[in-house]
Amino acid sequence: MTEVKALFRNEQWKSIFSMNQIQLFLRQVLKAVTLPLAGIIIFLILWQSVASNITTSLGQFPGPTEVWEQSKSLVAEHKQERVKEKAFYERQEERNAKKLAKNPDAKIKTRTYTGKATFFDQILTSLYTVSFGFFAASFIAVPLGIACGLSEKVYQSINPIIQIFKPVSPLAWLPLVTMVVSALYTSDDPYFDKSFLTSAFTVTLCCLWPTVINTTVGVTSIDRDLINVSRVLQLSPPVHVRTIVIPSAIPMIFTGLRLSLATGWMVLIAAEMLAQNPGLGKFIWDEFQNGSSNSLGRIMVAVLAIGLIGYLLDRLMLALQRRISWDKQAILR
Amino acid sequence: MNNSYLLISSVGIEFETDNEPFRALQDINLPIQKGEFISLIGHSGCGKSTVLNIVAGLYQATEGGIILEGKEVNEPGPDRAVVFQNHALLPWLTVYQNVELAVKRVFKKTKTKTEMHDWVLHNLSLVHMDHALHKLPGEISGGMKQRVGIARCLAMQPKVLLMDEPFGALDALTRAHLQDSLMEIQGRLGNTVVMITHDVDEAVLLSDRIVMMTNGPAATIGEILDVKLPRPRDRLALAEDPDFIHYRQQVLKFLYEKQKNPASPLSINSSSKNGETEHSSVSADAA
Repeated sequence: MTEVKALFRNEQWKSIFSMNQIQLFLRQVLKAVTLPLAGIIIFLILWQSVASNITTSLGQFPGPTEVWEQSKSLVAEHKQERVKEKAFYERQEERNAKKLAKNPDAKIKTRTYTGKATFFDQILTSLYTVSFGFFAASFIAVPLGIACGLSEKVYQSINPIIQIFKPVSPLAWLPLVTMVVSALYTSDDPYFDKSFLTSAFTVTLCCLWPTVINTTVGVTSIDRDLINVSRVLQLSPPVHVRTIVIPSAIPMIFTGLRLSLATGWMVLIAAEMLAQNPGLGKFIWDEFQNGSSNSLGRIMVAVLAIGLIGYLLDRLMLALQRRISWDKQAILR
Repeated sequence: MNNSYLLISSVGIEFETDNEPFRALQDINLPIQKGEFISLIGHSGCGKSTVLNIVAGLYQATEGGIILEGKEVNEPGPDRAVVFQNHALLPWLTVYQNVELAVKRVFKKTKTKTEMHDWVLHNLSLVHMDHALHKLPGEISGGMKQRVGIARCLAMQPKVLLMDEPFGALDALTRAHLQDSLMEIQGRLGNTVVMITHDVDEAVLLSDRIVMMTNGPAATIGEILDVKLPRPRDRLALAEDPDFIHYRQQVLKFLYEKQKNPASPLSINSSSKNGETEHSSVSADAA
């Protein structure tokens, strides 16, 4: 009898415990999901009501429903285009097979499909361009920042150049970059498109500075004691950089990289619009020039996609930092 | 004088400032024998750390120099290992890796991989830290970090072990534990140690000689006290020992009568049961 009572008590405890857990869980859900969701819903309602009051020469300003319709049609167009592409290649293969059957020595031609780039193709192009430009910049900026942080002399000699070029909008560089790329990149069988290189270098030019500056600050603010440890151990410069400098500067390096990537992404869209280089920027400009009743809705889809992708890129960098950084306890925002 | 192991020879240093150069130290002469434990004590800002940094080679003396085993040394090196006040472990390396970094640097050519591994473990067990090999410094207590810091220095087999207020940042109990560990290790290995301290009890308990410094600017050695207490020393027995109390008094007198510095009263181990010294510490604070 007493055993049963004990068991019962035990059960009761368990259920109370789980009740607490459920409450805790619900509270977490409320914090993590409900509040952001509420924010989004209020925003959508406001958007819809404001949009219905704005009429432009291209029709009503797109509200959430219009944007939703347009995004569906963009997906549909993309699928349609893929079907066309597949059909094209099938036809080509069939034709070539027939030719070969008639005459085994016949020269066959394979052409790549040159259909209209869909919204999703443009997204991929932009992502590819921004990552190329960003990596090229990081490749230069991180070592340069480390050199500036380690040596006062290097810093003093490079700092004026950084300070002068940092405030220049990369778009001001765009015409120069375009001309330089077309003058210098003259291969018969180019691996990269010129337009791609132009956009990518423009991104590189704006991705350099935040990384250089933040890396420099990170390297100069290394704990004095750790530098003294390195001196007592007489660590060679490469070992010093690898074991002391880079691990201490990692948080600041990543701050720089994230700032760089964010500005790089913003600048890329503008550069694509301005230079008519393939990518999301061109998509927006084309839709604007097109001026159909769907255009504004489609542009709005692109705007949201740009925001979402920018956000995802930043999360990606955070995840990378979390992986690389030694300090797993650090709260990263 | 010339047969001393480590010689601090007429060392003086001036620091550049915006106005006129600031003379921090002047005419420091101190011969140290092999295996000796020296404490440097003095008020804050008197230049104790500067002396240690000059011996370590981290600062360059303006005049005079450091002679170790008959050779002048003027840049930092693993033969003069430094235990820093704030342990200075690399936070991204584990306990084991922190010691390993030093061992690899010093014994790369003379020891094999397994020998180096054993040597790291040996030194960590000397400081009783072999249970936390794969913890990061952020995951262990302050006292443990300082133990690892000491192990890292011991593992370098330095000619001189330099300690910059090694226990200053620790609570009293942990400090006592570490002092005992240090005494035990020094008794076993016979290291030559130069330690900076603020703590009068610590200085008397650990040292063979206590070097008392005058106040800056242009600080120099005021008095040197030979502590002739037999080793091994036991803190409990010594607390009542008249010689110990006498030595303690000597140091306190120097610090609070001869070199009175009301701006920065020294921290005195107030947990001491000795009424007389309690009194002197109170009067020092009042002054």
